Amino acid sequence: MTGDQTEDEFAAYQGLAEDTGDHRWAFGTGFADPLEGIDTSVPEGVDAEALAAYCLMLGDDALILSHRLQQWMTRMPELEEETAIANIALDLLGQARMLLARAGRAEGAGRNEDQLAFFRAEPEFRNVRLVEPEDADFAGLVGRLLVFSAWRLALLGQLTGSADPVLAAIAAKGVKEVAYHRDYAAQWVIRLGDGTEVSHARMQAALAVVWPLVDELFLADPVTAALPGVAADPAAARAGVDAVLDAVLAEATLDRPGAAPLAMVAGKTGRDGVHTEALGYVLAELQSVARAHPDATW
Amino acid sequence: MAGNEDRVVAPVRSDWPLYEVFLRGKRGLNHVHVGSLHAADPQMALHHARDLYTRRNEGVSIWVVAARDITASSPDEKDPFFDPSGDKVYRHPTFYDIPDDVPHM
Amino acid sequence: MTAVPEAAELQAHFDQTLEHSRRVEPRDWVPDKYRATMIRQIAQHAHSEIIGMQPEGNWITRAPSLRRKAILIAKVQDEAGHGMYLYSAAETLGADRADLTEKLISGRQKYSSIFNYPTLSYADVGVIGWLVDGAAICNQVPLCRSSYGPYARAMVQDATDRFWWPSLMMFGPPDDQSPNTAQSMAWGVKRHTNDDLRQRFVDMTVPQAEKLGVTLPDPQLRWNEARGHYDFGPVDWAEFKAVVSGNGPCNTQRMAHRKRAHDDGTWVREAAAAHAAKAAAGRQT
Repeated sequence: MTGDQTEDEFAAYQGLAEDTGDHRWAFGTGFADPLEGIDTSVPEGVDAEALAAYCLMLGDDALILSHRLQQWMTRMPELEEETAIANIALDLLGQARMLLARAGRAEGAGRNEDQLAFFRAEPEFRNVRLVEPEDADFAGLVGRLLVFSAWRLALLGQLTGSADPVLAAIAAKGVKEVAYHRDYAAQWVIRLGDGTEVSHARMQAALAVVWPLVDELFLADPVTAALPGVAADPAAARAGVDAVLDAVLAEATLDRPGAAPLAMVAGKTGRDGVHTEALGYVLAELQSVARAHPDATW
Repeated sequence: MAGNEDRVVAPVRSDWPLYEVFLRGKRGLNHVHVGSLHAADPQMALHHARDLYTRRNEGVSIWVVAARDITASSPDEKDPFFDPSGDKVYRHPTFYDIPDDVPHM
Repeated sequence: MTAVPEAAELQAHFDQTLEHSRRVEPRDWVPDKYRATMIRQIAQHAHSEIIGMQPEGNWITRAPSLRRKAILIAKVQDEAGHGMYLYSAAETLGADRADLTEKLISGRQKYSSIFNYPTLSYADVGVIGWLVDGAAICNQVPLCRSSYGPYARAMVQDATDRFWWPSLMMFGPPDDQSPNTAQSMAWGVKRHTNDDLRQRFVDMTVPQAEKLGVTLPDPQLRWNEARGHYDFGPVDWAEFKAVVSGNGPCNTQRMAHRKRAHDDGTWVREAAAAHAAKAAAGRQT
């Protein structure tokens, strides 16, 4: 808020008005490539095309879920939760930026993080369906976040040992972040599950909505198969993730839902570019301004 | 739901109590009061303190204390001039009704 | 044992504190009206931060680059943090945050009038950063050397056209219509008059607009050599009055949004409190 404008503040602002030689239309100065200064060459013997696709898989997961979390800002049940959810959204966005940038480099067609995020259509997105639906309520938010975080933490844990050093580095940073996300979600699932009768009912209902999308997280896919030693093996993560979820549900006095896995379409699902109807609306919102001014630099 | 019926629960409230936050940085020798926040329980308070006051920096030690558990002395130099009604708790026990006619920001 | 001081002594000590520009400590005795004014001022600043999250948050999901998106998320998150910090400050003076929230939602306490205007394009975010947040948020401010995207440039001009006058109104009514200014200044709570701040804002902003290549929508804006300041046109105080009394373009919407978040969150807050109570009871057995 403009209150006492000291001379120092004014001087800092003067810097803005000086010439920078930057002739692009940009809301601000300069650009930051998330992988600047990092050697992003594809390691010897690694399938570059598969590596690009794999990074898109993990990057899209984070990008789309971050979008859903962003939609919760200014709607959280208490102000302190606003800070927490913004943190999680920012962490996932940061992971998405690095993964998308890495995908673009591995692909070698000159696409950067923004071109990938804003100018691909639904069939080119490779996220799992778990991240797509809108949360019905706060219980939905923490239930889906718990499942996603427990799963992603397991994958990132494996990836810290990846033969691709860039993936390994991204994973090392991500592990700390996602451990925190999982912890946040677990504590809330427990509070709601073992809170009031109303919260218990809502939490149980939220799990019922999320559970059909769980199996898909552990399916094998051809991209992962083409990257031995590089990609994480989802099937290997299952036992650990189940153990975590079971422990949280038990403390939350919640029952594990018995829902069947959500059917695929002609054997295809999110990883293959076949999504739920929700994704179209997410992308319409996410991409609208960028697509309206495709030549602008932001 | 097993076990829920066994415990007597106080009437449900929806506001969360106030916690005071103290931090000790990596090179610090003691915890310093940095502010306060509302949380339902101490664990949540710790979590939020990390979000709000440290931006999740590691190596920072955090203490959270429920404000109601703090007993404060009067400020020394102005001993005769402290508000006589407030010597039991850190915060004033009453709050003031805000008049409707107040200056614009 | 120290004798309880007389009311006159308390007042005298308070007056001395102000005269010597010493800080008033949270547990000092202060006149009721001073305390009430301080609480209200701090609370309204806090409310502004929280409500301000809405117009800017409106464009997070549509930010046109991932970097801008991250910056905007961080900015809105900061506003939540500032709001909470200010509520804490109000609480040290004896207010209660739930009560302050109630007063905000019921309209008994205000927030900065500028947030009662809609953000209709992504450019609005940058312009708000420029005109409302002022110095040091350089990353939010439109830089315009040469037009790379003509539509984008028009977007910034349009946003400026809509936010210029509201940003002047943000400094409050003119001094001769602001009866509480004198008392606030005597208390050291306010350090400059509304008109003072408004003039300084104009003087600082006009050169910035020139550099940015946007026109400020005031045909009477011109440098006055004799005064050493920019002259500017008349502010529409009727519009200001309407907006602060609840009849701006977004007042109802902003309040409803805040109220809905608060109300929808009741079952969540209750659940957390219930869980905490159970845990505490469990520890006691």
